[in-house]
Formats: sequence, structure tokens, C-alpha cells
Amino acid sequence: MHKDNDALKDFKAGIVKAFPIMIGYLPIAISFGIIAMQTNLHLYQALLMSVTVFAGASQFMAVNMIYLGASGAEIVFAALVLNFRHFIMSMSLMNRLKSIPVRWKAFLSFGITDETFSVASADKDIAENTSHFFVLGLFAGSYFSWVLGTLVGGLLFMAIPKGISESMSIALYSMFIALLVPAVRKQWRFGIIAAASGLFNFVLSRWLTGGWGIVFSTIIGGSLGIFLMVEEKV
Amino acid sequence: MKIMLITLAMSLVTFVPRLLPVFIMHRLSLPAWGSKWLKSIPYAALGALIFPGVINIEEGFPLIGLAGGLSAAILAYLRLHVLFVILGSIAVVIFLRMYLGVY
Repeated sequence: MHKDNDALKDFKAGIVKAFPIMIGYLPIAISFGIIAMQTNLHLYQALLMSVTVFAGASQFMAVNMIYLGASGAEIVFAALVLNFRHFIMSMSLMNRLKSIPVRWKAFLSFGITDETFSVASADKDIAENTSHFFVLGLFAGSYFSWVLGTLVGGLLFMAIPKGISESMSIALYSMFIALLVPAVRKQWRFGIIAAASGLFNFVLSRWLTGGWGIVFSTIIGGSLGIFLMVEEKV
Repeated sequence: MKIMLITLAMSLVTFVPRLLPVFIMHRLSLPAWGSKWLKSIPYAALGALIFPGVINIEEGFPLIGLAGGLSAAILAYLRLHVLFVILGSIAVVIFLRMYLGVY
């Protein structure tokens, strides 16, 4: 009984932590719903994509490619390339969530996105021995917002006032910055790693598309940590 | 039907890279450098996710994204809650878009 209460408490705390992600996802998911409808997908097809894929950039790319008449193989390969960065992120997160049972981690891994990963890994309030119910709340809240936004967008179909929705494109970047700044305040090394990685990505983005640029920059930038980070005292 | 199949294949190639590390990390016991590397990944990822994406939010106006990002950094540095960081930077972007006549 006591344990159930803890589970619910953790789950709720996870949803609260998801609020900034939910705010960031909603307008993007709404635009996804609208764009998917504009490119002649049915509402159920747009929804199915948000429900089963849950990876924003690749979904936009997919509806765009479907619209342009690309082959299925091209679209699926583009999704693989664009989303491969989650492999690196998942390695880092799963290494961190050691206390969570494997079958739970297998289930939770579906919810890894740039945003849920960043909050789960870098938020200063989240301990390494966090419970799976907390992570579930964090991921489920974000997922709910993504699917709901797609539905709303599909139903709206016509654009929300363009100026407002486009100004909200800064929202997810602000959330990333709000995660990074306190970490840098605590450990200047994190700032160097992040700055180097951003610069790598800036250079790489001239030759590579978004997904690969982020993959390589994260790997290279993260490897700076091998030399910069000091061994933690237990 | 074709779109349905594409969607399901997409979900598969997106999920497998998310899932595999669960089993890889479960078996693997990492050397010190490996664990330092993985612990640095979130900050490297944040850097790459923020830059240069943030300056591209408004095509042809990199200053808008730069100003939005800087205002977010300042608000975060002042220890404001993340929701206020987000709302503050949205306000800055709305203002700049109006000021510069972007729409």
C-alpha cells in the first residue's frame, strides 16, 4: 500500500517535470497535424504516426517526402538516419538508470526523444537512482502532449495565427538552454563540452543533414569529457 | 495502406536504436573513461541541439534566434523557473518579429 502511494507520487512528479516539454511539443505537434493534413494524409494516418513513431523531425520529413512522392525505402532510411542520435542518448540514459529493472527500461526506451532525454539526464532535481514511475510520468506526459497536439492540429486544419505559432519555435531551444545553464553553473566543464559540441555541429551542418550532425557532434563533444571530467568520489 | 506500412517501418527503425542500449548497457561494465564519456553525452547533446538550430528559427534573421537564446540564457542564469525562461524568450521573439516586420 505504501509502495503504491510512492509510485503514484513519483508518476505525478514526473508529469510535473514534463510540463516544459509539453508546452514546447504542443505547437509543434499541432503544426505537424496541420501539415500532415495539408499534404493529404488522413487524420488517422497522422495520429498513427505520432503514436507509433514519436520523433518530431522525422515525422515532418516523412510527410514532406510522402508529399513529394519519395519511395517508402527512402522515407524509412531517412527516419533511421535522423533518429539514430537516440541510440547514443539511450546508451547514456540507460547507463544512468541502473536501478531500474530491465523490462521497465525496455518499455521506457520508446519514450526517448531529444527533450525527454535531456530533462531525464540533465535536470538538477533528478537523482541517478530515480524510480521508473518518475521516468514513466515524464515520458508519458510528453507523449500525451505530442499525440494530443497532432489531434488538435488535424482538427484545426487551418493555421493558428501564424505569428504566434512561429514565435513559439524558440520554446524548445529555451528549454534546452534552461537545462544547460544550471549545469554549467555547477560544473564549468559541462559548458566547454556543450560549446565544443555546438561548434562541431555548426561546422558539420554545412555538409551533413540535421540528424547526423547531432550524432557526430555529440560523440565528439562527449569524448572531450573523458579528458575533462574528474572521477567522482563515491 | 502504403502510408500505413511506411509508418510502421519508421516506428521500427526509430524504436530499435532506442531499445538496444537497454541490453547493451545491462551486460556491459564500463571502464572509467567509458562512464565519463556517457556522463558527458547529455551536455554535448544539449550543445549540438541548441547550436546552430537556435539561430535558424527565423529564416534570414539569425539575430532573432540569437536574441531569443541569449534572453533564455540570461533568465536561466537568474535562476528563474524553466517555464518563465520559455515564456520570456517567446516574448522576446514575438517583439523582435513585430519590430523587424517578420511574418
